[in-house]
Amino acid sequence: MSHPTTGSFGDFVTRAQRAGRLVVQPRMGVSDPGAMRSGLLATRDAAATTVGTITLDSYTRMGDNVNAHAALAAGVELNGFPIVAHDVAITRAVLDGVVGADFPVQIRHGSPLPETIVGALIKAGLHATEGGPVSYCLPYSRVPLVDSIPNWARSCDLLAEVRETGVEPHVESFGGCMMGQLCPPGLLVALSVLECMFFRQHGIRSVSLSYAQQTNPDQDTEAVQALRQLAAHWLPDLDWHIVIYTYMGVYPRTPNGATLLLEEAARLAVRTGAARLIVKTVAEGYRIPTFAENIDALETAAAAAERCTTIAGEVADTGIHAEATALIEAVLDLSPDLGTALAIAFRRGYLDVPYCLHPDNASRARSYLDSAGRLQWSSIGSMPIRDVVGHTGSGQLTAAGLLASLSYVERTFDNASLEQEYRAAPAGEVPATPPPRSDELTKEQSR
Amino acid sequence: MVCIRATEASTLLGMDHAAAVAADRAVSAGDLSVVVTSVSSDSHTWNLVVLQLVLEELGHRVHNLGACVPDELMVSECARLRPDLIVISSVNGHGRHDGLRLIGKVRGHPELALTPVVIGGKLGIAGPGSDRSRAQLRSAGFDAVFEDGSGLTAFQSFVGQLTASVVR
Repeated sequence: MSHPTTGSFGDFVTRAQRAGRLVVQPRMGVSDPGAMRSGLLATRDAAATTVGTITLDSYTRMGDNVNAHAALAAGVELNGFPIVAHDVAITRAVLDGVVGADFPVQIRHGSPLPETIVGALIKAGLHATEGGPVSYCLPYSRVPLVDSIPNWARSCDLLAEVRETGVEPHVESFGGCMMGQLCPPGLLVALSVLECMFFRQHGIRSVSLSYAQQTNPDQDTEAVQALRQLAAHWLPDLDWHIVIYTYMGVYPRTPNGATLLLEEAARLAVRTGAARLIVKTVAEGYRIPTFAENIDALETAAAAAERCTTIAGEVADTGIHAEATALIEAVLDLSPDLGTALAIAFRRGYLDVPYCLHPDNASRARSYLDSAGRLQWSSIGSMPIRDVVGHTGSGQLTAAGLLASLSYVERTFDNASLEQEYRAAPAGEVPATPPPRSDELTKEQSR
Repeated sequence: MVCIRATEASTLLGMDHAAAVAADRAVSAGDLSVVVTSVSSDSHTWNLVVLQLVLEELGHRVHNLGACVPDELMVSECARLRPDLIVISSVNGHGRHDGLRLIGKVRGHPELALTPVVIGGKLGIAGPGSDRSRAQLRSAGFDAVFEDGSGLTAFQSFVGQLTASVVR
């Protein structure tokens, strides 16, 4: 098996970071090979420092390659690239002359059982992917953790073998995203670190730790700084970098609101020293984005990063580092084998993802947004963070309160966008409905 | 698939926020046993979490089956629990297709032939479906269809009528 010109993903990102450039990356996947190739080329040629993405379709994610094959045969368009169903020669043709040391391509899939997918991406000459035994199992599947964990272990082992061909394989933890929204940062940070430690235990030497932009920029800054410190502490022997995900919850529907939120994510990445950013587009709120929208988003994010020169100093310590440390240490105490430790931790509720319905999640932890838009615990269940979190008990969210919390970012950024329009409008041309005042929003969101 | 999830998170339930506020105020003594569930192809769960809260606030007991529920598991759990109401929520755009298949299996089980079953969410990939699509789901065996944009009020009023009619 040859890997002719494909440089390592981690190397590329590190080189860009040293040169002071934020790497930006889309989510992008279509089933047609020609179109997929065009998308990669457009990403490569964007006015930004980019890496490419092939996002897989939901049949492939679920391991349903029979239906993926059938869809291809029938000419039905899928919502991603079916890397297992496509012949390896097709995938190689998609990548030929596109992927290289200056343009690595990562496979993004969402599978709790990725062994077959990892096998297919290696055959195609690739070596970078993402996910994790917890982060791709709990939120989006009902596969038991005891099945997902060994499958992820085998997948990492398989990927680690690629090193023999002279290229360093890379795995990114999706642990900084859990449920997309309403997961307090301490748990996100802990899961990102723990999954990367799991990858290391299975031979991976180049990793990235994720953190998804949440609801409050100061809280996000503190969280990413904690993530950096903990990565340096727990993964000193690995090549690692931090990747920020532009907001993963309910997205603003106004183009301007969507852009403001993306730019905020780019600034978060720059001021916290993150190396890479996954973007969202203006279409995110209502449909799958086009290639052109993705390229716009890449260039918008790169420009925002370029304009931002602020590197955050010390931010107020609200306990995110301590909370994540308590969680990580509690898990490590359970077993020297990270996979075993993670399974026990969920069984005992030492890790407990709020609002996650997976049968292996204890579902006793609950969270809410406070009046400053910060994520807080209303119940910690059995997680060993009582000393850090202190008293909780702000009551459970009502259905209306939950819906308001889930749409908090959407409303904040759409309203900011409308307010800009309102201010920019000449006298006599004000929009019919003035935007709500910010204090009204605060009231609503804290209900 | 990640992009689909993110995109469709934008409309959690096919219900507007204003309608949900009303849910907060509508307190009634319910006490129905309700199964809330997704369909096999759908990995979204925020819609299920919100529906559970809505029903609990109306005083009902909810058994939430979660994401990606295989047809057989759904039928066997419902046969075991024998709920007063089954609520199927799907937002990945395959709900109509999955629902038509599923309802046949539910109605085919002797314990579930007469159990009230409703479906709602984003049921098609191209926005709210036609009257024909709703009629198709109704004639296949659903007691009610609540589509994107219809709001929570219609669902709450259906549950209210059911509460009144169940002799306990």
